[in-house]
Amino acid sequence: MSATGTRRLVGVWAALVVATLLSWLAGDHHGLDSVRLGVALALALAFVKVRYVALDFMELRTAPPPLRWAIELWVLVVGIGLVGLYLLA
Amino acid sequence: MTRELPSFLVDRDAPPVVAAPAPGGVAGPPRASVPGVPGEPGLWIFLLVDMTIFAVFFGAFLVGRADEPAVFAEGRTHLSVALGTANTLVLLASSLVMALAVRAHRAGDAPRARRLIATVLLGGLLFVAFKAIEWQALLGDGHPPASSSFFTYYFAITGVHLLHLVAGAVVLLVVRARVGAGAASRGLVEGGASYWHMVDLLWLVIYPVVYFAGAT
Repeated sequence: MSATGTRRLVGVWAALVVATLLSWLAGDHHGLDSVRLGVALALALAFVKVRYVALDFMELRTAPPPLRWAIELWVLVVGIGLVGLYLLA
Repeated sequence: MTRELPSFLVDRDAPPVVAAPAPGGVAGPPRASVPGVPGEPGLWIFLLVDMTIFAVFFGAFLVGRADEPAVFAEGRTHLSVALGTANTLVLLASSLVMALAVRAHRAGDAPRARRLIATVLLGGLLFVAFKAIEWQALLGDGHPPASSSFFTYYFAITGVHLLHLVAGAVVLLVVRARVGAGAASRGLVEGGASYWHMVDLLWLVIYPVVYFAGAT
């Protein structure tokens, strides 16, 4: 594979690791006054991570539109649904 | 939990058991890969349905938490956030390596693809080991699934996820053997990889739901 392709994958992975550590901090409410805000942030970050796993690791960025949009829609609907359920339930 | 063999493991060159007749009475074409679709289209229906079932689990967990906030707040204090975070990092690394394995196979480098898939499987083993440590500590401390609704959800969600991970590892063992024999189609490798990425992706959501959402 091309070196550029590998570099992008490794870059996405590094960003996912950073996002995981940030969600740990937010979820365990370090440096945040509000537990609810921290947990909501950790939940929202998870769906951003899911999107990048789908687009880059699963290679859906270049998939035909129906498949790519099905996944994007799933991430959006389930992400908003769960964050909303957490905040409102 | 039993499942039929995922469609992407079925030899797509074999004649279909039931041929769906197309309008006009002519038998439809056999399932085939579609350019740009990793694996084959049928696999993606399976993955999206599976992911949606998990989404319902997550929703049920959050509703349970709203009903019994004190039980969930107390329950989560017994979990090891460090082990949960470690397992998230293990699966992210395994997903990266799996994506590299797909590209190695595509480039015709079967030995490298086999080595990379073996590394993915080691990541899977590490995940199981961390999960076993956490479960053993919980059970040893008197928190079996029936001890509270929090632990019922915790063991159900992480248990079903673990079954998926083990199924993914079995799939990758098959994929690796076929890559070694020079008999792995591009679709087979991409399909196995996509399933593994789904196991990773589900854990990314399980992590904040189970480890953090109970906090008050």
